[in-house]
Amino acid sequence: MILGIDTSLGSAVAVVEPDGVIRSQVESVDPRGHAEVIGTLIVRALAEASITPADVSHVVAGMGPGPFTGLRVGIAAARTFALGRGIPVVPVASHDAVALEMLLHSALTGGYEDVADERFAVVTDARRREFAYTVYRGLDDDGLPIRLAEPALIPRDDLDAVLTRDGIARRDAERIPAALLAVCGARAITAGRTIASADALYLRSPDVTPPSTPKRVGT
Amino acid sequence: MNRSEPLVLGIETSCDETGIGIVRGRTLLSNTIASSMDEHARYGGVVPEVAARAHLEALEPAIHAALAESGVALSDIDAVAVTSGPGLAGALMVGVGAAKALAVSLGKPLYAVNHLVGHIAADILDSNAPPLEYPTVALLVSGGHTSLLLVRDLTSDVELLGETMDDAAGEAFDKVARLLGLPYPGGPQIDRVAASGDPDAIAFPRGLSRASDMAGHRYDFSFSGLKTAVARWVEQRAARQEQEPDVDWSLPVADVAASFREAVVDVLVTKALAACRDYDVPRLLLGGGVIANRRLRDVALERGAAAGVTVRIPPLSLCTDNGAMIAALASELIMSGRPASTLEFGADSTLPVTEIQVAESA
Ligand SMILES: [Zn+2]
Repeated sequence: MILGIDTSLGSAVAVVEPDGVIRSQVESVDPRGHAEVIGTLIVRALAEASITPADVSHVVAGMGPGPFTGLRVGIAAARTFALGRGIPVVPVASHDAVALEMLLHSALTGGYEDVADERFAVVTDARRREFAYTVYRGLDDDGLPIRLAEPALIPRDDLDAVLTRDGIARRDAERIPAALLAVCGARAITAGRTIASADALYLRSPDVTPPSTPKRVGT
Repeated sequence: MNRSEPLVLGIETSCDETGIGIVRGRTLLSNTIASSMDEHARYGGVVPEVAARAHLEALEPAIHAALAESGVALSDIDAVAVTSGPGLAGALMVGVGAAKALAVSLGKPLYAVNHLVGHIAADILDSNAPPLEYPTVALLVSGGHTSLLLVRDLTSDVELLGETMDDAAGEAFDKVARLLGLPYPGGPQIDRVAASGDPDAIAFPRGLSRASDMAGHRYDFSFSGLKTAVARWVEQRAARQEQEPDVDWSLPVADVAASFREAVVDVLVTKALAACRDYDVPRLLLGGGVIANRRLRDVALERGAAAGVTVRIPPLSLCTDNGAMIAALASELIMSGRPASTLEFGADSTLPVTEIQVAESA
């Protein structure tokens, strides 16, 4: 069984079988409060899947992009859950889960032929008047979304112009489907591939500037 | 769960130290600390986002190191403990998320505890000291906090007598070190240059120590006025040099450092001993990273002895922020029969000291 954890937008946890059958998916859409809900969500996801921690073979971690503070909670949780069981962590870019969901949905509704060649961008709120976006087109032979460009930040006002120029459809996402994140992980495991870096996808440096000389206080 | 000598793994991420501690009952098995201090040096103080990122990277290796050092397997652990607050919110959240998932994964109870009370619990792990006696006054001084507590019982009765109204004492050391052109962290640097200085050379102010402060702020601290006074003194000296280029008005760094340090130490010790006297408690416990300051330890011991107050100072490795103190506090809670925390708690950056354990199960 594969446990998927993502806190890049809200908090979401899911359990899927190695072949991709979804056993459970629970979430909190609260864009804050990740630390509050993460433990309960893991317990609920396991319970609804009728499994115990001992049944989990891999933990899939959503690596972002996403607002830093929340994003870290899920990655930390994925790492320590795996540590407690002595099992591997499989990092997955959070936007991959949204891309896979869209492509699978199109396949189920018979529209896949129309979108298989479509270039589209998964777009999420990155706060500070920016979006995070990743450009995709179709699925590869392993059933994983093909990333045409890696996740990047863009000022909100610039996004549409850039996408229109390049003929890319815009697909906004408000939530990350943890089950599809886990399915991406499951497919990567089956294919023996590493599909994301093990480091959090912050996309931003901590905004701090080294101090100049101390301010004068006057006399 | 073994309640007579529980094996507890503690996780502490409230500031810039990623601390993993393992204790068995009151025995310290590992006190593993990964610090991001070097990454903050160029900013002259702890940068919360830098600290939080460092926690995420350091946690897993630190847990491995602590297990290796203690020769313990995760499956042997009786409980997981974590700091819920107070501290930097984003930094605390990393530890809270990690601790919850670890506890669920292991199927073990989780104890969410108070960082400041953890500093007191650190004393219990000092195998060379006689058992901690109650009540005791505790003075906790670090870069993040300056608090004076009355501890009647570690697991059930801790009262905040006073705290800093502005900067923590450790922050004041950092800021004054910068004024004097000394690197971060400022405490050891000030201590080093002050060694050859005259602590009475300059009469810097003692914050919240006037008779009029005694009603409302008897046990509170303030260090921002002191920092401003040092800055002003340094500026006036430079201005003087400009006016009189032929006279040597260069900064007597050693005297400024020694006089500043004396002002900080004097206020800390005076107020701590006043609390001992007012509450008729002949015991004072010191904790927090600033306890590394030699002068603070010496003055506390000397003036404590004169006042008939026994001063306890745990080893420095237990005074700075660490996971062992968090594990030790949880161990005490377990041994006193307290139920575990539920999973429904978060990081509380301003957690009051009266909340020794957070989200206790019904
Ligand atoms: Zn502390």
